[in-house]
Amino acid sequence: MMLALQYRNSPVKYLTARGATGTRLGSRFTSTIASNLAPLTLTQVPEPDLPGRGWVRLRPLLSGICGSDLAMLTGRSSPYLTPLVSTPFVPGHEVVAVTLDDAPDLPKGSRVVVDPVLSCAARGLRLCPACAAGRQSRCTAVTSGGLAAGLQTGYCGDTGGGWSKQMVAHRSQLHVVPEGVPDELAVLAEPLACAIHAVRRVALAPGATVLVVGAGTVGLFTILALREFTEVGGIHVVAKHRHQQVRARQLGATEVIEPNRAARAVRRLTGGTLESPVMGAEYLLGGADVTFECTGGGGVDTALRLTRAGGTVVLTGMPSTTVDLTPVWFRELHLVGAYATDSGGVPEAGGGREGDFDRALDLVGRAPLDGFVDARYPLSRWREAVGHAADAGRLGTVKVAFDLAEI
Amino acid sequence: MSRPGFVLEVDERTPSLLVHQGEGFRLEKFPLGTRVIYPPDSLPGIRDLDAAIRHALLNPHGTPPLPELLRPDMKLTIVFDDISLPLPQMRPPDIRGRIIEHVLELAAAAGVDDVELLAANALHRRMTPAELKRAVGDRVFRAFFPKHLRNHDAEDPDGMTHLGLTRHGEDVEINKRAAESDLLVYVNITLTAMSGGPKSVAVGLGSYKSLKHHHNVHTLRHSTSFNDPPNSAMHHSYHRMAKVVEDHVKVFTIETTLNGDNFPEATKFLQKREWEWNLRDQASLLAFKKANELTPLKLRREIWQRNDAPFGVTGIHAGDPKEVHPLTLANVHRQQLTEIDGQADIGVWGLPFLCPYNVNSIMNPILVMSLGLGYFFNLYRNKPIVRQGGVAIFYHPMPNDFHQIHHPSYIDFFEEVLTQTTDQAAIESKFEKQFAEDPWYTHLYRNSYAYHGVHPLYMWYWGAHAMEHLGDVIFVGADRKAAARMGFRSASTLADALEMAKDTVGGSPSITYQHTPPATLADVR
Repeated sequence: MMLALQYRNSPVKYLTARGATGTRLGSRFTSTIASNLAPLTLTQVPEPDLPGRGWVRLRPLLSGICGSDLAMLTGRSSPYLTPLVSTPFVPGHEVVAVTLDDAPDLPKGSRVVVDPVLSCAARGLRLCPACAAGRQSRCTAVTSGGLAAGLQTGYCGDTGGGWSKQMVAHRSQLHVVPEGVPDELAVLAEPLACAIHAVRRVALAPGATVLVVGAGTVGLFTILALREFTEVGGIHVVAKHRHQQVRARQLGATEVIEPNRAARAVRRLTGGTLESPVMGAEYLLGGADVTFECTGGGGVDTALRLTRAGGTVVLTGMPSTTVDLTPVWFRELHLVGAYATDSGGVPEAGGGREGDFDRALDLVGRAPLDGFVDARYPLSRWREAVGHAADAGRLGTVKVAFDLAEI
Repeated sequence: MSRPGFVLEVDERTPSLLVHQGEGFRLEKFPLGTRVIYPPDSLPGIRDLDAAIRHALLNPHGTPPLPELLRPDMKLTIVFDDISLPLPQMRPPDIRGRIIEHVLELAAAAGVDDVELLAANALHRRMTPAELKRAVGDRVFRAFFPKHLRNHDAEDPDGMTHLGLTRHGEDVEINKRAAESDLLVYVNITLTAMSGGPKSVAVGLGSYKSLKHHHNVHTLRHSTSFNDPPNSAMHHSYHRMAKVVEDHVKVFTIETTLNGDNFPEATKFLQKREWEWNLRDQASLLAFKKANELTPLKLRREIWQRNDAPFGVTGIHAGDPKEVHPLTLANVHRQQLTEIDGQADIGVWGLPFLCPYNVNSIMNPILVMSLGLGYFFNLYRNKPIVRQGGVAIFYHPMPNDFHQIHHPSYIDFFEEVLTQTTDQAAIESKFEKQFAEDPWYTHLYRNSYAYHGVHPLYMWYWGAHAMEHLGDVIFVGADRKAAARMGFRSASTLADALEMAKDTVGGSPSITYQHTPPATLADVR
């Protein structure tokens, strides 16, 4: 038996949390709701069994708390995802760990990060067309094969997750952490790989004007990836909190904008006219060429309203809100999803590039990310950890992580 | 016989003094020894205005009488000052309308058919039809609007003519219709010494390309003050431009001056000297003050904006602008000039509800700044009221409130630019072009009722001389965040402000309070 945080299916708690956080007042108490109403318990559970060949046991060192985890804990995640998880499960998909078993090309004791996508290879299935093309994030088999349903490690009842003392992962999911990259940076590899993936999802012309809505972990890493891998021009960032604004600038933002004046500021920076509808937020006839939505919440509406006609909106954050799609229709916007990561695709399918994780592991060691993980909690203080993560922006934190070396 | 202006020295018997602060006022007990500058009493207005107008048109200075300048086949353009004058708005009939009627009568008698009327709104917002009607009068409005009575459009690509360069290389670009006219008749109201004269045509009908040569930080820092034209770099530029205009267009100007009657009968006590308030005045004042404070801001704003001034006209002079304007300035000085000996450590000003750019609108924080550090600080000749490195204390609530239609670029300037820097030179070099050439602002200036995109920057430059001269600026009663955004400190009371000023001017500073409105031009000796 081992200590783990376990998420159980509780429609009552889900709906209660969803109802509470859906109100304006309740949204101010997200941290309280997340840490008290979430169907999460600290408990002793059996160590997960190895599902088959190619699987190894892992001892997590650090495991981050992601925005999608918080959406799940506060009832903000979409019911769309319910068939793609198997409860009860141990959350935690941003993981740096040590292997406890030998794998053919990976000796026991290796320090690794986990690509959480549970695609065909992990499930022991013949590769689906997406996986065969190297697009594992689009795998169609996430509910099939020898594993319980689960779009990722951290949502699957059979694999365990990072918020525990032990979990299992398939060799195809593991990436060795380079020497010299400390755990605090390695745990950022997964969200950074997602940001890199998002940036690769669209063709970005040199000099293009980009808007990044949100400057949490995903938003900041999107700025980093844009500066590292593209030749875009201005990167304008909507950032709510002071420390986010400072970090956004450090990572290469051209202009940093407070949310309540985003429309006017983006108009001034990109041109066009500002229109004020009878109801709802102001919008632009004009705006950014490409917008990366990195909040998963109200930022989606902002992104749609501030992107120029014919432009592109990339949904990087997990959407947890309803939104008026009129701008997509009227401005003929391209709406692009960016989920998780992939291995870069195969040349025959127009891919053949470096995998998102490979790039992330290279970048994480040399980017100015010191201090990004500035809050570490043992599992026993999970309520504080979750509360802190839900209030991270206000508290000046980028990433909160569980430190599994502690009790 | 009106009494001249004078300087009161506050002693034990001095009552609390009236200090304006937006749509309201307070009664303030000033420290002993404070000197208070009062303007001369309001001069009597001309009784028979029609006769005076006729006389001016038939006996001009430096030109033949107007009828001799009119001929049937000519192109005549009548230009008049826009909504920014006078302040407050004049109780109808407006002097501009009365003069225009006389000019039109003479034009009709001469058989002139091609007549156009233009509001000289420069980069200000367009006047609404109702505002135009109020300025020119019902009859003229009905006869000319909209085809032959319109606002100047400084951004009309086909509507401007570049007349050339001054000897300093300044572009002179004015309204095309005006530039192509055989005669330009300019109908002016000169409320302060900065207005009228060479400014009227070159600025009122100018473009950004032209105005940027004098509406800039360098020029404004060297305009000490801009109410003292010989010492104003801005006016030197106006004069150079007026010379270019004169070489291309014949201008016949009609300049008028007003007395100090700013307030209607019901609130006349607001311009009486405090120790002369009788019991009725005091009762009226207290009742008005209480009612005013209880009125919601929006309604209060509307009531104050409706405060038409029963101005009397103190002078009408017509003819060659160069010969007319000195006469006009003499009239302004007769009404406003008060001598005072020496500068003070601290200057105090109460800022009223109105400046040239919030008529029928909202006085936003930038306009408060420009009214205080621009217009009021510069109400001097010779030397500023406050010594170099001294402190200015202004009264105004400075609400963080903007008129969405009139001041769109002001909102962006306040939110986007002032959050980055308040340094005028930095703002000029980094942001002026962006704001001046922003197509959206241009669209709103031309088609809505918005001030030109560059206008908030000009208002910010307006305080350039004061900000360079002063050691500290404190706003009493201001919204703290709004004041801080602009780099100013705020205080709740005069006592607090004086305490804060100690850091700069020490514990026993000399204080001068410039009592206005009505406007007072301090002649500091």
